[in-house]
Amino acid sequence: MTSPVQDAIDAVYVVAILAFVLGLKAMSSPATARRGIVYAGVAMLLAVVVTFFSPGLSNFAWITLGVVLGGGAGFYWARVVKMTAMPQMVAVFNGMGGGAAAAIAAVELVGSLSGATAVLSFTGAIIGSISIAGSVIAFLKLQGWMPSKAIVLPARQVLNFGVLVVGIGFGVAALVGLHAGYLGPFFGLLLLYGVLLTLPIGGADMPVVISLFNALTGIAVGLDGFALVNGPLGDAGYAMVIAGVLVGAAGSLLTMLMARAMNRSISNVFFSAFGAAEESGGTVQGSLKPIDATDAAVMMEYAGEVIVAPGYGMAVAQAQQKVKELSDLLSAKGVTVKFAIHPVAGRMPGHMNVLLAEAGISYDKLFDRDEINDEFASADVVLVIGANDVVNPAARRKGTPLEGMPILDVDRAKNVIVIKRGQGKGFAGIENELFYKENCRMLYGDAQAVLSQLVTALKRS
Amino acid sequence: MTADLWTALFIALLAAFTGYEVISRVPVLLHTPLMSGSNFIHGIVLVGGIVALGLATNDVERLVGFLAVVMGAMNVTGGYVVTERILAMFDRSRPKGGAK
Repeated sequence: MTSPVQDAIDAVYVVAILAFVLGLKAMSSPATARRGIVYAGVAMLLAVVVTFFSPGLSNFAWITLGVVLGGGAGFYWARVVKMTAMPQMVAVFNGMGGGAAAAIAAVELVGSLSGATAVLSFTGAIIGSISIAGSVIAFLKLQGWMPSKAIVLPARQVLNFGVLVVGIGFGVAALVGLHAGYLGPFFGLLLLYGVLLTLPIGGADMPVVISLFNALTGIAVGLDGFALVNGPLGDAGYAMVIAGVLVGAAGSLLTMLMARAMNRSISNVFFSAFGAAEESGGTVQGSLKPIDATDAAVMMEYAGEVIVAPGYGMAVAQAQQKVKELSDLLSAKGVTVKFAIHPVAGRMPGHMNVLLAEAGISYDKLFDRDEINDEFASADVVLVIGANDVVNPAARRKGTPLEGMPILDVDRAKNVIVIKRGQGKGFAGIENELFYKENCRMLYGDAQAVLSQLVTALKRS
Repeated sequence: MTADLWTALFIALLAAFTGYEVISRVPVLLHTPLMSGSNFIHGIVLVGGIVALGLATNDVERLVGFLAVVMGAMNVTGGYVVTERILAMFDRSRPKGGAK
């Protein structure tokens, strides 16, 4: 079993695994993060290339065609997509991994329907199918090709459970040797289950969901690896077990950290249909008070401290460069400018930090919610740019869909200016009480255009 | 269970602890790049796809194996490029104030 060729391949797998772990470690610290992905990239390249030389492989034309097609498509798509669309791209590529894991499991199951290997492949197939179907729905919701609101079907708990049980039933029927043809409905129903599971989840919870599917794909890949270690090329299986389980564990922890940052539990995310609930407990009092850019500029110019709270609206409008200009102008006039970054502002943790860093805003001006929340009360002006749910005081009250979500306490500032495209609701689909408060002024328009007006007004004065 | 499976189980346990340890105490700032990076690492599924397709002996196996390779390859290249693009924005050595 250990020919010199196989020995060489195994040695490369060992090096690759080491580089994966070091890469992941490097990615968990800002100073070394960029190095990390390069380590992992080199490891992947090595692992894939040496696999081609495994003894006993055939169908090389198909393999090459598949690598070129899939690799080319992934590369091109990831290159051309805008930074704001990154979250859904992670979802798509994660889904592809889940799909690949399900497909490998299918090949194993068609090949042999018995023994421990079959059970492992079977489990991998279940998890991989749910991961790809769920990831695709997450992509469609984030991309806006499907309503991001929670979609709730009648009796969905029963329906979902039924689909899952019947699907697994077909799989078991195939396993106990009835007929391999039962694998068709098995995969079909599990894909459907992945769709049904993700439909009732509102857009605001998507980061947690994508992270969970990421962990699930890792586990599915690990299970496929288990199934492969018994085969003729078992050492590739060990590499998959390690990399897959590594991602499964890291991804699970990451999912919990993200959920905690939003004050939500995983079961809450999946089973509470967040965002579909009707607003309950009192209607919103007060009226919306508009302000124009010139007045807003004056207000900020004579402030001692301005805190900027950016959200998805800033990302969509690509306004981060204008934000930087505004911040520089205010600083030059002696105003203290700080940025308050909610953990899930935008669509993903860290999304805002990335965009602001891209525009060249220095890190020491960016503050986490915990660091800055007490400072709002003493700030003269808070400028909310395209953020909605993360500044909605309704989260402090019981019985609202946002209940319990940690928010930025911007409403405690002396003045709040909200830059907003229109009068629409936030991602969670509920009315924002902040906009109706006495100290709040609305500055309507596209974030980029409005910020340009503010910059012009400040330059003139 | 065969000896190989037991070995794989021991390895899986150690890998799980490693993954857990590596991620703990990570700043919120890096949650997204880390998710994206770990998304890239499970692209190792491509190796399994190549093995599955390479050992396929009939048309059904070839077709499904081919799908696995295509999807696995997308996971690898797409995952890498997305992570690299996100992390490029954390690079402090770039001149300040200039978006591309």
